[in-house]
Amino acid sequence: MGNLNFRPLWRYEDAFIEGILNTLWLTVIAAGIGLIIAIACAAILRSGPKLLRYPVLGYIELIRNTPPIIQIFIVFFVFPGFGIRLPPFTAASIALALYFGAYAAEIIRSGLDSIPRSQVEAGHCLGISGFQVFMHVVLPPALRNIYPSITSQFVLLLLGTSIASQISAEELFHTAGVVESRTFRSFEIYALIAGIYVCLVMAFRVFFAALGRLAFRWPTRR
Amino acid sequence: MRSLSTIDLIAFATGLQYTLLLVLMALAFGAPFGLFLALLRTANMAVLRWASALFLQVVQAVPLLALLMFFYFGLPVFLGIQIPALAAVTVAFTIYTAVFLGEIWRGGIEAVKQTQWEAAASLGISRWQQFRYVIAPQAFKIALPATVGFLVQLIKGTSLAAVVGFIELTRAGQLASAATFQPLLVYSVVAAIYFAICFPLTLWSRNLETRLNGSR
Amino acid sequence: MALVEINNVHKSFGAVEVLKDVSLSVEEGEIVTIIGRSGSGKSTLLRCINALEPINSGRITIEGQQVAAGMRNLKELRQRVGIVFQAFNLFPHLKVERNITLAPTLTGRVSKREARALALECLTKVGLAEKIDAFPEQLSGGQQQRVAIARCLAMRPHLMLFDEVTSALDPELVGEVLKVMEDMARQGMTMILVTHEMNFARNVASKIVFMHQGRVWEEGPPSKLFTNPQTPELKAFIGSTRHN
Repeated sequence: MGNLNFRPLWRYEDAFIEGILNTLWLTVIAAGIGLIIAIACAAILRSGPKLLRYPVLGYIELIRNTPPIIQIFIVFFVFPGFGIRLPPFTAASIALALYFGAYAAEIIRSGLDSIPRSQVEAGHCLGISGFQVFMHVVLPPALRNIYPSITSQFVLLLLGTSIASQISAEELFHTAGVVESRTFRSFEIYALIAGIYVCLVMAFRVFFAALGRLAFRWPTRR
Repeated sequence: MRSLSTIDLIAFATGLQYTLLLVLMALAFGAPFGLFLALLRTANMAVLRWASALFLQVVQAVPLLALLMFFYFGLPVFLGIQIPALAAVTVAFTIYTAVFLGEIWRGGIEAVKQTQWEAAASLGISRWQQFRYVIAPQAFKIALPATVGFLVQLIKGTSLAAVVGFIELTRAGQLASAATFQPLLVYSVVAAIYFAICFPLTLWSRNLETRLNGSR
Repeated sequence: MALVEINNVHKSFGAVEVLKDVSLSVEEGEIVTIIGRSGSGKSTLLRCINALEPINSGRITIEGQQVAAGMRNLKELRQRVGIVFQAFNLFPHLKVERNITLAPTLTGRVSKREARALALECLTKVGLAEKIDAFPEQLSGGQQQRVAIARCLAMRPHLMLFDEVTSALDPELVGEVLKVMEDMARQGMTMILVTHEMNFARNVASKIVFMHQGRVWEEGPPSKLFTNPQTPELKAFIGSTRHN
């Protein structure tokens, strides 16, 4: 059995920090763009033209039933075919945004569906507009129903960004590979990396829980 | 440079067999482990509940890729031994499967009303018998849609074994891509194969879900 | 002219015709109670009056204005017609005050500054002024239903519809809701209600409408209908409800 030695890794402190920042940045970009995609998809599925619904459903099912690593490869290789050179980080952002968007679309759609029709009716009966009913009656409770799933999907996205290392996008996992090739301390590196991801995930969980308590104060059915 | 040919398709078929082998191994070892975790999570003793919850929380916060790297590269170096690739990735996928199934099945067990435990206990049978004959059948039904859903996640997850050089479907695709210089075509074919396996399972899971909600 | 005119209305859900040639008129200040077995079309008729359900043929007018599901000033119409539901349908994420003031402020009828006073006024009418800052889930069923009534009153409606408003309540909470409705009746509010509370129908209503198989089977003042039913169907119905 070997001996544990984390010391050689400290020389790469800056690289790790940069890796962490890039991972966070990649997660936030993908989640942000993905959320926009998801809202658009959910809107189309809910009340868009029929002709658009099938492509949207196709996109969602395609993403949900194929491995993310293949999705990243395809996005990475599709652009050069059109003569566009994309940096790996950009390609990874696009692929992960498409990935997050498909899952988030499904979450948003079912969240909106979870609001009973009777609530919508009650809103209409007050003589306010359809848009006002959506904004004031449907959306707030729907957001609360969506919140737990969408935040865990965000955490899964954070973990999933590690795959971007496979097209050499420079995030945390890529850093691990680089440091490994220089120090050969594989055990310590992957233990450390795992520990960093655990800390990041826990930090987000705590943050989301606090934010949720702040945002959704009304009591729910006992 | 050559074009995509029958050789590649045969390689895909072989790769697919290894993908399915990985899935079976992960289920064979991961499912009992997952059941064990689910039982710990719903145990009467608070210590067991806390310890298992911590384990599940921590492992679920580690990327699958990190688990694979750790068991394939990290652990053998540390222990100074050779571990066969299949063994290393099987360990990683077993743990991965166990924590997810553990969490899903815990949910199933907790969804069965507490009064069912009480009713079973009042029959004077042991705690294990209460679980085996009264709780488990009901919990199984509740947890089945999510379990099938996880199967899809696991199949997609095995694609990451390619990263450590294990030749399953995705790795076979990478090799074909390198040989033919037609990555887009190759990965589209590979994606289609994954889709052909995963989509029916997804539909099945959704169907089970609808039926479950209908019956409650 | 009557406040509500319903002429020869037909309504089907798929192949099932639930309203068959229904006609009814309601004068201002009248309390009309619709009774009948479940499935007789009572609730559907109420929902058609508020254009929650489109009708297949016939004509419904409120204050001379024809009601249709897709009509242009549906919003204005609904501000004049309040409806209270069996399941309360309060908005769980809004405090009682905001539940009441949501529509009046969104439609610009009252300013944000006057809103609280309006909420307080309407809550006082249902005897719940002290619950102005509570969330719906913190209230009992009876209290929630009274808040739902207050929410309607805040729109200053000319007509109120009540759709089995006490059916989802525990028996001991029914009385407080009925009392609020009696108060409103005494103050001259025009009301159409679907109910199983026969005593309330007998004592408060100015007109009883007995519906059977999608038709208005009999109608008239309670004294006439309850003491001297003309049809065997109404006799049987009254007989089956005698003990409550």
